[in-house]
Amino acid sequence: MIYLNAFLFAGLVCAVAQIILDTTKLTPGHITVIFVVLGAFLDVFNIYDQIILWAGGGALVPITSFGHNLTHGAIHGYNTEGVLGLFSGTLDLTAAGISAAIIFAFFMSLVFEPKD
Amino acid sequence: MKQNYQEIVKKHSPKENVLMNAVIAFITGGLMGIVGQLLIDGYSSWFDIPTKEATVCMLVTLIFFSCLFTSLGFFDKWVNFCKCGLIIPITGFAHATMSAALEYRKEGLVTGIGANMLKLSGAVIIFGVVSSFVFSLIRMVVGLI
Repeated sequence: MIYLNAFLFAGLVCAVAQIILDTTKLTPGHITVIFVVLGAFLDVFNIYDQIILWAGGGALVPITSFGHNLTHGAIHGYNTEGVLGLFSGTLDLTAAGISAAIIFAFFMSLVFEPKD
Repeated sequence: MKQNYQEIVKKHSPKENVLMNAVIAFITGGLMGIVGQLLIDGYSSWFDIPTKEATVCMLVTLIFFSCLFTSLGFFDKWVNFCKCGLIIPITGFAHATMSAALEYRKEGLVTGIGANMLKLSGAVIIFGVVSSFVFSLIRMVVGLI
């Protein structure tokens, strides 16, 4: 059942993004930024946590979960360390994703030639 | 004359089929969601780790494969076909990072790869961090009241 929910939620997010991309003049960069900010906003009152419980991986794969993790880390940092935690906690949960992208991209760009 | 020109441009510019693109994005994006859930379930049962760590493993796996497929050259074609079905999942973030790194590698290690790798995906990190800071400030203020 969670697989159906995952399919529906991830598909819905992507379809909405595609419709925005086709009907406005925004670039894909704008769209991903909009969805990151949306995910960050949905975490303020823990709405996104409910979506993750319902859709599982379908809510964790789209870029909205990136924004969700940023806000989640910042709020968790504030709760444990006070105001300083707002700064130190922000990138806590997304660090693995950002580091992985940078490390893989760096070494692979040394190995592979760009293809046209 | 000017209006005439606008009409001609409108007639000959390629028509984006909004409905068709949305359906393709829905199906491919949904499949990515299923792949994510499959990987989470797989990792947590194979390695016997909690869901939270399995999620991190899943994201790293997806990032690894989209970087690899981008450098092998055929991921661009997939993105052109699926559009938002692959741009909105975390694969789009990795694809943007990887293609910027590949594109600028001939300009050198520091001034090419180092300076330009996050050219496209940096916007996501910057706006994400700034907006999450603002939102957690709001949450903090609401919590104090």
